[in-house]
Amino acid sequence: MASPDDLKFQEFEEATDLLLADPGASTFSMSGSSSTTPAGATGDIKLDMSDDEGQEESSELLRGEKQTSGFWTFAYYQSFFNVDTMQVLDRVKGSVMPLPGRNFIKHTLQSSPDLYGPFWICVTLVFSLAISGNLSTFLNSLGIPHYHYRPQFHRVTIAAVVIFLYAWLVPLGVWGFLTWRQREERQQRGYSFLETVCVYGYSLFIYIPTSVLWILPFEWLRWLLILVAMVISGSVLVLTFWPVVCDDTKVTAFATVATIVVLHVLLSIGCKMYFFQTATLTPVPTLAPNHTAAILTNKTH
Amino acid sequence: MAEVDELSKPMFAGLSDVSISGDIPVEGEINVPVGTPSHDDEYSTLDEPVKDTILRDLKAVGKKFVHVMYPKKSSALLRDWDLWGPLLLCVTLALMLQGGSVDSKEDGGPQFAEVFVIIWFGSVIITLNSKLLGGTISFFQSLCVLGYCIMPLTVAMVVCRLVLLGGSGMVSFIVRLIVVTASFSWSTFASTAFLADCQPSNRKALVVYPVFLFYFVIGWMILTFSPSA
Repeated sequence: MASPDDLKFQEFEEATDLLLADPGASTFSMSGSSSTTPAGATGDIKLDMSDDEGQEESSELLRGEKQTSGFWTFAYYQSFFNVDTMQVLDRVKGSVMPLPGRNFIKHTLQSSPDLYGPFWICVTLVFSLAISGNLSTFLNSLGIPHYHYRPQFHRVTIAAVVIFLYAWLVPLGVWGFLTWRQREERQQRGYSFLETVCVYGYSLFIYIPTSVLWILPFEWLRWLLILVAMVISGSVLVLTFWPVVCDDTKVTAFATVATIVVLHVLLSIGCKMYFFQTATLTPVPTLAPNHTAAILTNKTH
Repeated sequence: MAEVDELSKPMFAGLSDVSISGDIPVEGEINVPVGTPSHDDEYSTLDEPVKDTILRDLKAVGKKFVHVMYPKKSSALLRDWDLWGPLLLCVTLALMLQGGSVDSKEDGGPQFAEVFVIIWFGSVIITLNSKLLGGTISFFQSLCVLGYCIMPLTVAMVVCRLVLLGGSGMVSFIVRLIVVTASFSWSTFASTAFLADCQPSNRKALVVYPVFLFYFVIGWMILTFSPSA
């Protein structure tokens, strides 16, 4: 004749054992809706007998314990990929439409950064830059006789190095600097490293359609596109970092924001200059015959 | 279960004086069943001729090729995974991508090592991505599926080289474009048919997109292959 309390306690243990055996179970997808309930619901767990709620509440408790798993376990890295398709799409939308007053980290990320977005956006950007640059060089050189198409595959390597260095080293520098200032000035909680990487990664998304549109060989269009892209992604970054530095001294605040913007501008202009070299190839073949003709006429005199 | 013992202890207390030498049957099994005994237990494959060994593996690889060409929801690719097929396909593709336009070495197509690295490194990253997103497929099964599904693209490469033998004008480019596009969609569709079941349903697109990107890049390498003038 088991008492009701003993039965309930065993059922809870079973649920935790199931979840411990399979940490990848899709109980995490309920986190968005139940993030506000655990405090009130843990008191109710012993009264509610339905299996779904038991697993949901125990998953909440488990996640609280699991956040301290070491960096050598697979589950630690799995916590960075805890996003659904709709969440990723929302974050991409938030990076393309920055509204004043909407801090990307606080509003769109809701302080749960992921690594899926930044990583795959960087990879896509690398390939879209290399492929679009190759296509635009090909289109530029269509009129040149004896032009032999080259895939220029080494551009992929260069693009990969540049983009990944930017997307990882610059957030490291920005985070380090902000954390050092915040510790000195005893200010509000700054952003974690992962959140900084996340902001930078998602802010690079706008360059993917821009690089595809850069194939069109109109110079004014290219400069217009680069301006629009820089404004959009730059404002995402500025709107995110301004609330953290505005408490600092005026000079430091402006210097920090200016550095972020300048680095961003350098990246976009550098990519455009290198991957989308404009028609500098065309004058070369026509100059050579004139030059040799000039030398010949000079020599005959 | 613990409570049953608790309750039954007073009833069987008197038996503790009796010497039990193992007459009372123990509940539960001590031997864990190993599953179906493999064929190797019945005869050793050490004595068979080498031809049989090689042919058996080749037949297994060939059967999987057929499964890729007609992708149904079969689990043969997942159950009996092997990496011979992907290695064969990768080496063939990388070799056929050589001999391209190499006026100057740096402006040419991908080198052998680059193709190799892209295919294997790309497969590893996609597998890690799907596992980190909570997939239930094992590491080597996923590598096996991704590698085998390169087969339509290898076929397209052979077709492209044959088309290029006939000239490299606009017509041949359009034909190559159609062939590569068709085979790249086939590859993506085939691998999604095998991999998509192993993902939680709200993350399927997150797993399919890197696969799409992977085959797109390989298709791009095939399409931009131009023979030396």
